[in-house]
Amino acid sequence: MDGSTLPRDPAGPPGDSGDQAAFRARCRAWLAANRPAKPGFELPLGPIEIATTEQLEYLRAWQRAAYDAGLVGCDYPAIYGGRGLADCQRVANEEMAAAGVPFLPNIVGLGMAGPAIYHHGTEAQKRRYLPGILAADEIWCQGFSEPGAGSDLANVQTFAERDGGRWIIRGHKVWTSLAQFADWMILLCRTDRGHKYRGLSYFIVPIAAANGRGVEIRPLIKMTGGTGFNEVLFNGLEVDDSALLGGVGQGWGVAMTTLLHERGAGPLVTPSTGGGIGGDPAASLGPSGLVDLARCSSRYGRRAADEPVLRDTIVRLMIRERGLAATKRRAGHEALQDQPERLQLQSKLLLSELLQDAARVACEIQGVTSTLHRADASAPAGGRWPLAYLNSYGFTIAAGTNEIQRNILGERVLGLAKSK
Amino acid sequence: MKDVDQRGASRPEDLGFGEEAALLKRTARRLFERRVPTDALHRMVASTIDPIRACVWDRALWDEVVELGWTAVGVPEEREGFGMPLSAVVGLVEEVGRACLPSPLVATACATYVLRACEAAAAGELLERIAAGAAASLALCDRRGSWASGDTEVEARVEGDRVTLRGRAYFVQDAQKAEVLVVKARAPEGVGLFVVDVDAAGVRVHPDAILDLTRDQAQVEFDGVELSLESCVAAAAGEGARALRAAEPAILVLIAADMVGAAEWQLQTTAEYARTRVQFDRPLGFFQAVKHPLVDMMTMIDEARSLVYDAAWAFDNAPAEAEACARAAKSSASDAASYCSGRSVQLHGGIGFTWESFVHLYFKRQKHNEALFGDGVYQRERLAELWIGPIGGGDVDPSRSAAP
Repeated sequence: MDGSTLPRDPAGPPGDSGDQAAFRARCRAWLAANRPAKPGFELPLGPIEIATTEQLEYLRAWQRAAYDAGLVGCDYPAIYGGRGLADCQRVANEEMAAAGVPFLPNIVGLGMAGPAIYHHGTEAQKRRYLPGILAADEIWCQGFSEPGAGSDLANVQTFAERDGGRWIIRGHKVWTSLAQFADWMILLCRTDRGHKYRGLSYFIVPIAAANGRGVEIRPLIKMTGGTGFNEVLFNGLEVDDSALLGGVGQGWGVAMTTLLHERGAGPLVTPSTGGGIGGDPAASLGPSGLVDLARCSSRYGRRAADEPVLRDTIVRLMIRERGLAATKRRAGHEALQDQPERLQLQSKLLLSELLQDAARVACEIQGVTSTLHRADASAPAGGRWPLAYLNSYGFTIAAGTNEIQRNILGERVLGLAKSK
Repeated sequence: MKDVDQRGASRPEDLGFGEEAALLKRTARRLFERRVPTDALHRMVASTIDPIRACVWDRALWDEVVELGWTAVGVPEEREGFGMPLSAVVGLVEEVGRACLPSPLVATACATYVLRACEAAAAGELLERIAAGAAASLALCDRRGSWASGDTEVEARVEGDRVTLRGRAYFVQDAQKAEVLVVKARAPEGVGLFVVDVDAAGVRVHPDAILDLTRDQAQVEFDGVELSLESCVAAAAGEGARALRAAEPAILVLIAADMVGAAEWQLQTTAEYARTRVQFDRPLGFFQAVKHPLVDMMTMIDEARSLVYDAAWAFDNAPAEAEACARAAKSSASDAASYCSGRSVQLHGGIGFTWESFVHLYFKRQKHNEALFGDGVYQRERLAELWIGPIGGGDVDPSRSAAP
């Protein structure tokens, strides 16, 4: 906050309250003066791609700085490490996205564990965990999916067995992003084999501290060739009752709060920068970047921007992108909605499919040069797009596959019969 | 992404759709549901399968709409209107579409925005007539359906302060319901816009045989129609073309709003069928092959609806963005209308393919609206010019393409 000149209209949008407008101006000034220096190494495409300690520590320092400046977790009460502001995280997110700063690495903590703890935790749990989540002092991972419980999440079989005052946990979790760096895991366990839903309980368990002592982490290799996600084996990890989040048998409800926020439909706004890669806004993976790409790509000897079918395809994607932004605004105005959940529940589905389609079209724009891996020095745009396309399937599958998203929308919003 | 985020940051959260607009929309929905339930609509417009049919609509309901002042919603206050933002008119038109209402309300609203862009006294006078309940329509197209400024088959001969119109206008919407037309004609000064009463001597309406049962469309012949030069609302060189360009975003948004409203009916009606129709001992909606397309209908409608209100806001508040926003809205709404129409018939199965079913009424209205003032392909081609630039507009710069 050094009073540097504001780069854009300091008044902000007409919808801002006085507090929001003042907060927006503070965000803008801070971001203008405190953009992190580019690292001397390559940054990953997104938080779940973090592969090295070097990458993690760079991003952790950035989240910490943004937190200290009040841009991360500002809507949380001060006693939990926040700033106690009303509806200002959204403003900070808009400003961080516009500034094109790097993403925040503690994504599971911010988007999933934080809201679950805030809504279901004891006072002691909230004071213990929330500040570390917001400041990225402690990194979190999520233990939900299992080999036999993917779309049918309530079928988890990892078992927490009561033994006096302790719980002994045994089981097998998969697709665990960030587990190799995580201090803590949110863990969905079975505590009663007699009830599918009521037999589930939700725990907060140590991962780094228990590694090799009841917890084993094994890397899984993704179709991109990248690491970053893992399987986690529990061979008798012991925790006590203080590890329970919500009561015994209430795990499904806590998991639903978690998933609602993961899909961007929860009441707490998740701190987010909009996901620029390494602070380079030109490296956006959205459709807007396709116009420049098409202008500077030669496709089989012809400029891609001159190809009529590609022009139509790019414009379609840009319309969808604008539609998402307009829907986000409309979702804040009750009079322009028929049903309160309807727009919120669409966001994960639509964004993940838009990014997937944008990456696919980017490869089409690049023509035969899209065959080049980023390891090849002549790959255009750093080989980013083919990799982004491969990677995009992570988002259409994770957080409930898009098939499950369509089931949820059909059942909750349109009242159709449950497909399970 | 950055461009979009910055653009978005300038819009208020309610997109200019305030309390009064919400009340108007709710009132319209209640009135249309009460007065034109879909079974009554079917009895009214589908009584004959003969494509050469009389124009049928509920004049008593139109009188009520006029009485409520709904033709005046978008007319400026200084012209005896309510001067409400385009988003308010859009809300009303959404309900017109949802009811599949045969009515000149949309055509009149389109004419309203052209007149608002004209400066001549005659434009203001016609706005006052519209505010008082006159139904109006635009006569802009040539026989190829082009409304581009120079494309007209109507000639205006000016002698002193008298004007004579000769020729034909094509694809005039709701011509048999309108009492007055805004006619584009080629004048010595360039393209002019003229106010012509439908019952003036020399005006002949030749109805088209059309698929849509909920509106009428016509060729309008001008056989030596005599006007005073004062009925010219845009006479100065370039004035007519400028007015049409200024109004076009509003026209696109209004047609898109009709489609969004109709698509929502298609979604709700088809979802209701999927909740109640049982096959294989299950409601149809249990099956994901039915459930998922219904969800896709919903997400397409919501995209279009968001873009329609976004464009309505831009029209009133950010004119430089209005064209792109409106074209995006029309493209999105056309795609949603097309998809929802197809699925509404398909998911109803055999009954959806019959004349007695109601879904074909909406199907046909949607196909008609898709084609008006440029379908999705047309809009995107224009957007590509705006966003990507002309074809052949530059050389490839390989140094940029190789940059990491």
